[in-house]
Amino acid sequence: MIIKQLSIFLEDKSGRLTELTKILAENDINITALSIADAADYGIIRMVVGRPELAMKVLKEKSFSVQLTNVACLIVPNKPGGLYHALRILTDNNINIDYMYAFAINATASVVIRSASITDVIEILQKNKMELLKASQIYQV
Amino acid sequence: MIWNQNIECASREQMREIQSRRLAEMVKRVYETVPFYRSKLKERGIEPGDITSIDQLKHLPFTLKTDLRDNYPFGLFTVPQSEIVRLHASSGTTGKPTVVGYTRNDINMWSEVVARALTMAGITKNDIIQIAYGYGLFTGGLGLHYGAEKVGASVIPISGGNTKKQLQLMADFGSTVIACTPSYAAFLGESIIKEGIDPKKIKLHTGVFGAEPWTEEMRTQVQSILNIKAYDIYGLSEVIGPGVSMECEHQNGSHIFEDHFIPEIIDPVTLDVLPYGELGELVFTPVSKEAMPLLRYRTRDLTRLHAEKCACGRTLIRMEKCLGRSDDMLIIRGVNVFPSQVESVLLEITETSPHYQLIVTRENNLDSLEIKVEIDEQFWSDEVKVLEALKKRINHNISSVLGISATIRLVEPRSIERSEGKAKRVIDNRHI
Repeated sequence: MIIKQLSIFLEDKSGRLTELTKILAENDINITALSIADAADYGIIRMVVGRPELAMKVLKEKSFSVQLTNVACLIVPNKPGGLYHALRILTDNNINIDYMYAFAINATASVVIRSASITDVIEILQKNKMELLKASQIYQV
Repeated sequence: MIWNQNIECASREQMREIQSRRLAEMVKRVYETVPFYRSKLKERGIEPGDITSIDQLKHLPFTLKTDLRDNYPFGLFTVPQSEIVRLHASSGTTGKPTVVGYTRNDINMWSEVVARALTMAGITKNDIIQIAYGYGLFTGGLGLHYGAEKVGASVIPISGGNTKKQLQLMADFGSTVIACTPSYAAFLGESIIKEGIDPKKIKLHTGVFGAEPWTEEMRTQVQSILNIKAYDIYGLSEVIGPGVSMECEHQNGSHIFEDHFIPEIIDPVTLDVLPYGELGELVFTPVSKEAMPLLRYRTRDLTRLHAEKCACGRTLIRMEKCLGRSDDMLIIRGVNVFPSQVESVLLEITETSPHYQLIVTRENNLDSLEIKVEIDEQFWSDEVKVLEALKKRINHNISSVLGISATIRLVEPRSIERSEGKAKRVIDNRHI
């Protein structure tokens, strides 16, 4: 259930993100989810992609600073209260979320969650019958 | 091993005798052949023959870097051009380069002091030494080269740059010694890892590093990354080039080859000579040089001298690692800042690498300091709050060491330009 997310440190320089996505495109790597945390002089790109290990390798070859971070991908209904219900469970179990980002298509919404205790997150959510994306549903074979 | 036991372990009396004899002869020579020195000596009422002892050194005039520029190119030479066999020049950041000349005897003397230096680091004819200092007008490459040949080591005169080739020959030839700037050594170490070279193929055991100031923390880092013992070699082209002083295995300061280069420490403001152990500006009188002997050359390097005999058996005066050249010193908002201070702060922080650049700007008559710091390839967090806390921590440590605060800018690994010679640590946009 653990999904390997790519984290990339980028200096605030024009064209850097375009270069990054070009490398992924050339290597036939699909981006499922993406978020950017931007500080004043740098940004951190977080992405869930089809081939994380390959993406890490090709980006490193092009001198990007890349890490793989363990995250969980939660599926909630795309309706009011959908996310609240899931987060309530985590809060009740004293889980601290470091960051998250979400996207909704049709009936469901997917939420990428990062916590230092990611295995606990997965265990708790599964115990509470919440739906999680499997790596095999994202990774390209 | 000691290359020249008689000199390197001489008693203080023997050394003073050598120095006094050479000084008296040298003062006579510059008086007779260099108009610049003749007028300076006359101003002080000194006639050749007045100077007979090293104790009178303090009465002689100083020489500044600007004096070398004013007498550009050959005005301070004491011999005709026909006696000069080599010319070197330093790249001046402003104006004309500083030119130095050597006679055949000067080259022999230089080879001798570098041979002493390399022997001090345990280097013998059984070593293969890769000289990655620049060859050319810079004294680093050729200076090390002749000394290494004199020792009998196998010399690879690869010069600086071309890192791939450096690593290939290092592995294929089995180089046991690397000589280069410490920042290039750190870069080579990183490149070995990056290129995926099997560390077992690298046979290095010793590094001879100099030409730029470096810290103890940097020594620890380079030693562990290259699995070597790192020695500091000190020199400056005005005095001879590399080989003015060198560390022995005890690394308790660098032994100055004072039979050729008489050291003094002065107060840079009052110009008074300071006793051993006190911090001040290092001054050299290269007393045996034929082509271009200088009277009391002010190096701008800040350090201390120590005269106690070393555990290695040498009696030569030792100098501490230079705190920095006052040329490298920045004055920001009235505070003296050495790039080496920033380096020592960064080396204590795991999440950053010791690659940095200081950028000084002035807006509305106020100086501001920005420090670009590369995050470490492996140890960075993908959380903004952690990175912001890191910036805060760097800033806190920097301001407690420097006494002024700086804007910290985190940048990607390897994004700060790596010079293949000296590191470009400072960009001063103030134009003052």
